[in-house]
Amino acid sequence: MTMDTNKKLAVFIASAIVLAVLPFVVGSTLGNSWVRTIDFALLYVMLALGLNIVVGFAGLLDLGFIAFYAVGAYSFALLGSPHFDIHLPFYISIPLGAGLAAMFGLLLGTPVLKLKGDYLAIVTLGFGEIIRIFMNNLNAPVNITNGPQGINLIDPIQVGGVSLGKAIEVFGFNLNPVHMYYYVFLFLTVVVVIMVYRLQHSRIGRAWVAMREDSIAAAAMGLNIRNIKLLAFALGALSGGVAGGLFATFQGFISPESFGLLESIMILAMVVLGGMGHIPGVILGAVVLTIAPEILRDVIGPLQMKAFGKMLVDPENARMLLFGVAMVVMMLVRPEGMWPSKRRAAEFKDAKKG
Amino acid sequence: MSEVLLKIEGINKRFGGLHALSNVSLHINKGEIYGLIGPNGAGKTTMFNVLTGLYTPDEGSFTFDGCDLFRAPPHVVVKSGIARTFQNIRLFHEMTALENVMVGRHIRSRANALGAVLRNKATRDEEAAIEAKAWELLRYVGIEDVAHERAKNLSYGHQRRLEIARALATEPKLLALDEPAAGMNPSETESLKALMEKIRDGGVTVLLIEHDVKLMMGLCDRIAVLDYGKKIAEGVPEVVRKDPKVIEAYLGVAHE
Repeated sequence: MTMDTNKKLAVFIASAIVLAVLPFVVGSTLGNSWVRTIDFALLYVMLALGLNIVVGFAGLLDLGFIAFYAVGAYSFALLGSPHFDIHLPFYISIPLGAGLAAMFGLLLGTPVLKLKGDYLAIVTLGFGEIIRIFMNNLNAPVNITNGPQGINLIDPIQVGGVSLGKAIEVFGFNLNPVHMYYYVFLFLTVVVVIMVYRLQHSRIGRAWVAMREDSIAAAAMGLNIRNIKLLAFALGALSGGVAGGLFATFQGFISPESFGLLESIMILAMVVLGGMGHIPGVILGAVVLTIAPEILRDVIGPLQMKAFGKMLVDPENARMLLFGVAMVVMMLVRPEGMWPSKRRAAEFKDAKKG
Repeated sequence: MSEVLLKIEGINKRFGGLHALSNVSLHINKGEIYGLIGPNGAGKTTMFNVLTGLYTPDEGSFTFDGCDLFRAPPHVVVKSGIARTFQNIRLFHEMTALENVMVGRHIRSRANALGAVLRNKATRDEEAAIEAKAWELLRYVGIEDVAHERAKNLSYGHQRRLEIARALATEPKLLALDEPAAGMNPSETESLKALMEKIRDGGVTVLLIEHDVKLMMGLCDRIAVLDYGKKIAEGVPEVVRKDPKVIEAYLGVAHE
């Protein structure tokens, strides 16, 4: 707000350039597996922003958010793989998956309208598990999801006859799938960011905050609590569904394993650790929590070899341990998140004083 | 006789074995300041919650400005033109004063999620109109200088006024105030009284619950008295204050 227009424009152009060249810089210095990690970071940004609508804006604790990711992913997979031999183009199956996820959002929202806090958390947790278990078992009597084996050979995105699933050469540049998907993900992430930003600063966003702060007063001001709650669930799920579709086509393979409770908790941690309700904070949370474990993975093994000459702790276990410790410390030292909104930072400051 | 705005007949509300309201009937006329008094626990706030849709009455009828509002949910009640404040102020504490009033405009605006995302001209115009109206109301109640303060940081008197501004933002025909003068000093009460008269003169009917009997007698056009969930008197203040049943309810009866 305090920045003048020129400065804002400069920041905008600089970040646009950085984002545009990022996959090539990272790819040539750190290798393409890191570009892949960045692609995943973008998917998690979309997921975290979707969950942030429900948890951050509307104040409804949702522990089953991964269900909408699963719905989006399975919609895409079933509409674009040899499993049913349907091959719809991505510009149809992604919106379809997102719409279906939004409908599942309503399906979850309707029975929990009267619940809040712990009770809501338990029901949403159950919902997330139900979806996963359905995906796991819908292979008999009619094989819909192919059960625990998952769905393989999911179509890559095709843009104008070019498949993003194979490397191509453009003007001497070698474009890998991870590079091409990066731009697709980046584009949709920007769309999601604009969507949630505009929602937050609108009549709807104000209604969510009012409901979060005092739902009785909000009802007495004429807000239709039922509708705004359902809208939050549906719009959050929509964004989760988009991310799910992208995940399916990017991986080429999905199975129920990818949609467990741990994933839901991870996304919630991104929202809370980043700064609940604050869009830049949530983006930061998603990026850090996607990339930090990968860095730890690369560092822990070699470090042990150097220090002790042998592996004392399995790097995978050590990684999760360190990660857990970091989260505990973070919540103790900075409970408002890494990058909270001014309003929330002030709230926590007041609470500390009081 | 002036025109009847709100008409409830034979309202009953029970909480388990407690008969909080029994057969209460009220008529509020357009353009008056109508007072509801009674000792603690008489059912005043219950009546209020019934009138604003927060409680659903068990029996009776409830019509307002030609609409049947019996058992209507709060947002329908607000839409038909009844707005309220709360006895123990319920603002949106972390929002600014301006944003609080803007929430009050929700029911009188229509931008949906798609409009918000596309931010088309109609939505932008509406948003600007919401903000302009909110400023106007803050000025109307005299707190525009704290528009960007968070509600919880406002002084008590300002919070009361903000709650009134927020209620007025819904464009009510009837403004229901639950003990607006509670905890105020005499000069604050006096200026609040002036504000209520200003609101009434602006064409909004006012329903008032208050403990301060002196304030009520000087301000209200008509008064109803509740005791143990029953209406024991109704009429102009001069008559009500001399009613033996009212005196008994407030002072107790002398035993021989």
